[in-house]
Amino acid sequence: MGSPWRSGEAKTRYGADRIGVFVGTSTSGIGATEHAYRQRDPLTGKLPASFDYRHTHNVFSVADFTRQWLGLTGVALAISTACSSSAKAFASAWRHMRAGFCDAAVVGGVDSLCLTTLYGFNALGLASSRPCRPWDIERDGLTVGEAAGFVLLEWAKPEDQRVLLLGYGESSDAHHMTAAHPEGAGAALAMQQALARAAVAPEQVDYINLHGTATPLNDAAEDRAVLRVFGPATPCSSTKGWTGHTLGAAGITEAIFVALCLEHGLIPGILNTHQRDPALGAGVVLENQERPLRLALSNSFGFGGTNCSLLFGRSSA
Amino acid sequence: MKPLAVESIGLLAPGLSGWAASREVLIGARAHAAEPLPVAIATLLPANERRRTTVTIKLALQVAQEAMAEAAGDARTVSAVFASSGGDSEILDKICTALTQPDRPVSPTHFHQSVHNTPAGYWSIATSCRQPSLSLSAYDHSFATGLSEAAALAWAEAAQVLLVAYDLPLPFPLAERRHIVAPFAVALLLNPVSTERRQALIRLRRLPAGPVDRLDDPGLERLRADNPAARGLPLLCAIARRAAGLVMLPAGEDAALQVEVER
Repeated sequence: MGSPWRSGEAKTRYGADRIGVFVGTSTSGIGATEHAYRQRDPLTGKLPASFDYRHTHNVFSVADFTRQWLGLTGVALAISTACSSSAKAFASAWRHMRAGFCDAAVVGGVDSLCLTTLYGFNALGLASSRPCRPWDIERDGLTVGEAAGFVLLEWAKPEDQRVLLLGYGESSDAHHMTAAHPEGAGAALAMQQALARAAVAPEQVDYINLHGTATPLNDAAEDRAVLRVFGPATPCSSTKGWTGHTLGAAGITEAIFVALCLEHGLIPGILNTHQRDPALGAGVVLENQERPLRLALSNSFGFGGTNCSLLFGRSSA
Repeated sequence: MKPLAVESIGLLAPGLSGWAASREVLIGARAHAAEPLPVAIATLLPANERRRTTVTIKLALQVAQEAMAEAAGDARTVSAVFASSGGDSEILDKICTALTQPDRPVSPTHFHQSVHNTPAGYWSIATSCRQPSLSLSAYDHSFATGLSEAAALAWAEAAQVLLVAYDLPLPFPLAERRHIVAPFAVALLLNPVSTERRQALIRLRRLPAGPVDRLDDPGLERLRADNPAARGLPLLCAIARRAAGLVMLPAGEDAALQVEVER
């Protein structure tokens, strides 16, 4: 996994048509449509002439812009599976590379603040009135955030001293459109598959970056899933206390956090969480801890019961 | 490149009422007539869920259901790819309209149905399927892009994958900025292992942009040109003919997807 500024050099190396673009987003640019609906012609109901559906609201627009901006002509798609979108972008990129549809991939995620998500999460009673407090006994909902992030995904070479994507796991809850499976069955399956793909045992994992949205039910379900797969000893935390829930960009944001944690040897604490919910048993870490890490997992779950776990590691070179 | 078996197909569009019933039109034995879209019932969904679902969800699930019924396989073992240019624009229109009103009364049901992976979520609930699914968009190239993703998924997981591509006309006023005339939905069940039951074997190859296939039947060609999900129609026609052939599908501004079809 390299840095985005390598993409110019990568384009020369692979060819513009051999680098794929995989961008996760939940709402894309729906904010532009919200704005246009407030400016409809009072007589005809028409949208203002300036409104450009294709390049703002349409789900693909984020991937299309990325592709054009970087001058890439390979396969390009937007992955939109709510809050697991940009985690699943890694899985899709990996598969496309393995199938030979591309040799490298720009993997990213973008979601910006919009009224749809702010009012939508409020309507569902899932938004907190305060900055969110994952795993806290008083947690009462998520905080909507916004973010964008990109990485360049390439096949690792023996001499690489970089962070490696070692495995991914994906599953569906088959339970409910908005509520997580109460036992975290799908979440556990995703984590197990990520470990299995990398042939890694649970006790080898040094840190788990939780999905940890801070809604009472989501954290409880993820806690059960983590306990089932890892037990109570594996250090874990949710960085959403720092960023809020960046929705379709949460997967890429937290994948980059995990990469930085692996590089720098840091287990980040949870901002604003003061008293751990005694009903939850996973080994959450509230204060930053500095220690060398070799393997770390990142969880992303979304509406529709879509789950994705990514396992990253430091190369041993 | 490794071949994939197309095990079964579900199809629903004006004048194309199911895969078996559409064969005569697809092989050119009968002209396409733009009859109104048959009602998609999606009986797979429990009645209480079906009551709340939209035309988009029902259309996607109907073709998925048809393809699975034809294959007589266990849907719980099948991964899925849902490809749609714009998702459920009826729901997005309702939310954006609500946001112009005092107190912005967004319906919680509309909000959870606004995500692009809503049909995937309902499909997994209806079939008790815990396998992975991916929901994607590539604007006008969503069908071929979905087919590549489904193939990559089938090979990576060594598992059957159901590709569902669907797009519907947008409501006013969005319809003025995105022109889709008729609804279209298709589902292909892909198997990395070939079986006797297969409809066809396909091999995919990404090529630089070039001329893509068009259709002789003016009705089918209109459907193809007007709806991103219907861009796969030349492939469906080739499979229906039960003969070997090469199909070129639009796969991007700079790319085409060559599909080699054999019986």
